[in-house]
Amino acid sequence: MTTQVNPETTRPAAAAPPAVADRGPAPAGQPSTQTGAAARRRRRRLGPGRPIPFGGAVGPVLLLVAWSVGSATGVLDERTLSAPWTVVATTGDLIADGRLQESLAISTQRVGLGLFFGVLAGVLLALISGLSRWGEAIIDGPVQIKRAIPALALLPLLILWFGIDEQMKVTTIALGVFVPVYIHTHNGLRTIDSRYVELAEVLRLSPARFLRRVVLPGALPGFLLGLRFAVVNAWLSLVVVEQINSTSGIGYLMELARQYGQTDVIIVGLVLYGLLGLFSDGAVRIAQRRALSWRRTLAD
Amino acid sequence: MATYPGGLTASSAREARHGRPTRTPTDRSAPDAGPESPEPPVRVRGLTRRFGTRTVLADLDLDIADNEFVALLGRSGSGKSTLLRALAGLDHDVAGTGRVDVPDRLSVIFQDARLLPWQRVLDNVILGLSGPDAADQGRARLAEVGLAGRERAWPAELSGGEQQRVALARSLVSEPRLLLADEPFGALDALTRIRMHDLLRRLCQRHRPAVLLVTHDVDEAVTLADRVLVLDAGRITVETTIDLSTPRSPRDPEFQEYRERLLAALGVTHEGASR
Repeated sequence: MTTQVNPETTRPAAAAPPAVADRGPAPAGQPSTQTGAAARRRRRRLGPGRPIPFGGAVGPVLLLVAWSVGSATGVLDERTLSAPWTVVATTGDLIADGRLQESLAISTQRVGLGLFFGVLAGVLLALISGLSRWGEAIIDGPVQIKRAIPALALLPLLILWFGIDEQMKVTTIALGVFVPVYIHTHNGLRTIDSRYVELAEVLRLSPARFLRRVVLPGALPGFLLGLRFAVVNAWLSLVVVEQINSTSGIGYLMELARQYGQTDVIIVGLVLYGLLGLFSDGAVRIAQRRALSWRRTLAD
Repeated sequence: MATYPGGLTASSAREARHGRPTRTPTDRSAPDAGPESPEPPVRVRGLTRRFGTRTVLADLDLDIADNEFVALLGRSGSGKSTLLRALAGLDHDVAGTGRVDVPDRLSVIFQDARLLPWQRVLDNVILGLSGPDAADQGRARLAEVGLAGRERAWPAELSGGEQQRVALARSLVSEPRLLLADEPFGALDALTRIRMHDLLRRLCQRHRPAVLLVTHDVDEAVTLADRVLVLDAGRITVETTIDLSTPRSPRDPEFQEYRERLLAALGVTHEGASR
């Protein structure tokens, strides 16, 4: 955005000094237009320059073209990577026999449940630990230890405890969700401006009102940031748990396709994961924009 | 223990909790400590505050009468903010002794407007208020500070002067008996500051709180106050009643006399220095 504005604003500024200066170095006998042009020619632009229209689409389109050309000319073997049109056709088939919808539904359900329990646990623990010193002493340490262990490293233990069915999958996702929600909400609670606390004391706010009007809205930006990380973690965990002894879901679809060498189905699954990640992150961003509209006015 | 008719005041209760020795006014032989029929809203006796080994307030006495506008001048580090925070009950972990009696209904204006950025203007004004007519009260106070129609704005959409006017509306919405102001116009530009002086004077005439205005601006003190105190090294060294009619003009020679005298008390002696 800013690079688009720069050329317009810098050009008149660059032309202006010579127009003033031509009164000074007049004995040199150079017309002002020439010095201006020369000055402009000499100055090397160091910024990246004007943005290209639809620049963001250029790379993906080129990749798609290369893929199509490769498949059409036979450079890309069908067993290595299916042609784009095969992928489109396969998507149609998968929708027609209902497998795609079914897998999508079960995967979304797992992520939804995992997010629900993870966010709930993260927020509750963050509130307890953020609002009382004893809560922090008891809760914060174990969570920081949990944070140091990669969520997926717990998988063997979780399988032993919960088996390989839904409970294990949802628990794994919830554990991946809970940590970033906790960390960022807790941080949001702890970093509320002490000046607002002072104000609340002067106004003699009741603890409940202080919580509702000062603490929770103040911690909301932190929570929403944590939620964005949480959503990414949820899909990441989903991919892993669906490829372990799963009998349903997008990951199962892809795992099955691997056994039969169906690269087209695998690519459909990858695209689905990508779209789901994109949409859920977009949804959180919209929620963020709405909930923090008081803050957006600062940037405008 | 408390001398205030409303029973134990907030701050004397606070001091009792902290176990600070409180002194009753009769312990002192000072002539002004005698019993007065209507209790003044502010009565401070023997207030001492220390940060580490440094004594910031040294055995300070202060009375403010109802509807009296007192300005407290002092160089930075003279202890004026410490005194205001002691009156506001905001000095939780500060070591010290003495007795502070303040009314229950007190409000504070800070140097920054201190509006909650996530609450709209009206909600900021009535933050400390409850009851069915809170919103109407808030709207009325906003109208008084000239911000009618901005109830739904976010604080970030307002200019610095407008934000401070919202803070003023918030401090008056509870109809306080005592208004504590800690350099409330220090962050504003000169033009806005003059407008705010007018506004504050008019609002104080209407709502009649006792006011303690902490400032480092001598002109501000002489323009607004009935009485000016100069605080130096934790003691009140100068006390002047400003005997001028309102509205006051800095061009008035008497005004200039007060200013010179106060500047001299603050250690500024050369001519022409205004602050």
